[in-house]
Amino acid sequence: MMRFAAAVLAVVLGLAGFADAQDRRASRVALPAIKIEKGEACVAPTGEMRRDHMTLLLRQRDRTMREGLREPRFSLKNCVDCHASRETGSVLGQDGFCSSCHAYASVSMDCFECHTPLRQGATAGAPK
Amino acid sequence: MASVQYREIDGRSGGFYALLAALGALILAGLAAAWTMEHQGHVITGMSNRIVWGTPHVFAVFLIVAASGALNVASVASVFGRAFYKPLARLSGLLALTLLAGGLAVLVLDLGRPERLIVAMTHYNFKSIFAWNIFLYIGFFAVVALYLWTMFERRMNGYTKRAGVLAFLWRLVLTTGTGSIFGFLVAREAYDSALLAPLFIVMSFSFGLAIFVLVLMAACRWSGRALGDAVLRRLGNLLGVFVAAVLYFVFVYHLTNLYIARQHEVERFILLDGGVYTALFWIGQVLAGSIVPLALLFSPAFGGSPRAIAAAAVGVILGGLAQVYVLIIGGQAHPQLMFPDKEVASSFFDGVVAAYAPSLPEVALGVGGVALALALTVVALKVLPFLPRSLADADVESSAA
Amino acid sequence: MSLDRRQFLAWGAGAAAALAPGLRLIELAQARSPEEAASALQRWGLLIDITKCTDCDVCVTACHEENGVSGHGRPETDAQWIRKVSLRDKRTGYAQTLPLMCQHCEHPPCVDVCPTGASFRRDDGIVLVDKHTCIGCRYCVMACPYAARSFVHEAVSGQKADVPRGKGTVESCTLCVHRVDRGETPACVEACNRDGGKAMAFGDLNDSSAEIHRRLKSEPSSQVRADLALNTGVRYQGL
Repeated sequence: MMRFAAAVLAVVLGLAGFADAQDRRASRVALPAIKIEKGEACVAPTGEMRRDHMTLLLRQRDRTMREGLREPRFSLKNCVDCHASRETGSVLGQDGFCSSCHAYASVSMDCFECHTPLRQGATAGAPK
Repeated sequence: MASVQYREIDGRSGGFYALLAALGALILAGLAAAWTMEHQGHVITGMSNRIVWGTPHVFAVFLIVAASGALNVASVASVFGRAFYKPLARLSGLLALTLLAGGLAVLVLDLGRPERLIVAMTHYNFKSIFAWNIFLYIGFFAVVALYLWTMFERRMNGYTKRAGVLAFLWRLVLTTGTGSIFGFLVAREAYDSALLAPLFIVMSFSFGLAIFVLVLMAACRWSGRALGDAVLRRLGNLLGVFVAAVLYFVFVYHLTNLYIARQHEVERFILLDGGVYTALFWIGQVLAGSIVPLALLFSPAFGGSPRAIAAAAVGVILGGLAQVYVLIIGGQAHPQLMFPDKEVASSFFDGVVAAYAPSLPEVALGVGGVALALALTVVALKVLPFLPRSLADADVESSAA
Repeated sequence: MSLDRRQFLAWGAGAAAALAPGLRLIELAQARSPEEAASALQRWGLLIDITKCTDCDVCVTACHEENGVSGHGRPETDAQWIRKVSLRDKRTGYAQTLPLMCQHCEHPPCVDVCPTGASFRRDDGIVLVDKHTCIGCRYCVMACPYAARSFVHEAVSGQKADVPRGKGTVESCTLCVHRVDRGETPACVEACNRDGGKAMAFGDLNDSSAEIHRRLKSEPSSQVRADLALNTGVRYQGL
């Protein structure tokens, strides 16, 4: 029994390692398309934003709603204006900034059921 | 005193599986309704901005109120020391759990954002009676489970009375809370009354016992167990007392309202010219739900026969559904009194009786909740010994002696 | 010139009394900067003189345009943040109309009943729904004496950037909080003063130099359902 289990484990690990070495993973799973179209920095360093943007959003939304604090730096409207795609003007969609990572990580978000995902003001494609 | 012997039902017959299949189909229909409501929005239901609580809430409130009352038989046995009812206590506790589960399922699946249930369980506004009710309902599951455990586990039998007292008090608070959901609202003329809390308590006694009687009769008949007249007659008498109590509270509620000039319009609506609501009140709630059952239960012409008791229980249930419908939907259909002595009109349907008709998704969801409660009961009866082997007169009297 | 102590103190007190309201005015009169929280020193309110209200409904159109409240042609389930209500006295036949929206009560029943605390009253008196925590139970819709709340019955698209709205939550007039926080007036008031009967006034009820405060102090006004003692932020004249 133990030998059988060890054999199965060896085969599985071998296949996984083989696939990894062949770098075939990238072609089967769509990696997120992170297109940063506005050159200036984000409101916080990239690593911090990647790790903590959800906590930031969770805290900030209460500060805005309950206390009326509307610092432009933390406004969701501001995030969307900067990160919206040049072509579609949206942060959703196939290569949308928010949706492509979220689809890859399979983490659902319902922000944009209520908030508009579209850049405001200038038409899509024109730099702000 | 001969101890009562409990046994699971066999649950192997074609009839058993057919019953489970039918209930399962109804549950699936309810889930499908909830799914489409969540995806497409409540626009597919008959509910509107004037009638925000519709048929699902009627079923949910009915089930939740009945759940609390279904525990009555066990309370009478443990808390008030009537040993005669002891063999029925386990089924009573089971029904309390399953009816509450069915009611809560309907309520939760009807939410505008049901996926936010976890938000509801972690963010509490303690001024809201709704928030308190969430605690009370969840706690009720725990308290009744504990109570049942003291009954099942022989070594814990000594604690049954204490657990029973806790469960009894808990459910009084819970039902007061459910009635207060409506009683605390100043916005609607049909609500805003301290009387609604005690009314809901006696309603729970009445509806819960009616469901208990029917489930008991069906379970015994279909599992081939004896059910003597002695048990049924006592339960029937108890049911009659509760039905009379409900009638009393309803009478006082309407009598008081008739004395208050501001309430005259809503009273006229319910008692006289509210169309379907008036019909449901007089024919459903008063006639089928109170007067006919009282006649069936107490008139010597019927002699307390099992058939009469069963018919009375059915009447109480139908009348109870009518009562909750008139309260919840009728209470919303009547326009809110914002400008006394003025005729009011607006694009938001102010000043007019709101139109409402139950839609298929709503009915499917509500009936699905009932089916869930019954299905859970059926499965539980097969898995654990909730029913006594025999409730024949001789056995019951000897165990109570 | 000699000044005895009592005289000096009397002058000092007089000067302080004269200056104090001015100091308070400076505190409140400036529009709040985005980094400042809403303050309980302010209480936003509306004063509506319905004798100037005719059949016009520019307030309704402006509100729904500003907030992206578009109908689907289904009046029973479409949201309405403000509506014109027509009244006719049953005995005398006297007819009036008035705009009715969330009254932004000081003791809002909707806030009391919300199980998650999503319905809340901001420090400066504006009653809002936090859509992040709203579970769509509609208890607040049952509880509101003014039928001010709407439940969003179907999916919403094309939301305005300043006004998030979504299916399955409850919403109502926000007193255009996004405009108020920028120092502007609500859209309904602006439209009424521009194109309508000039019936609506907006301001800080706590600010003694505000027009609304002065008018409320010197002219009669009333609340809808005053018997409920909710101390609404919206007051009416001519009701």
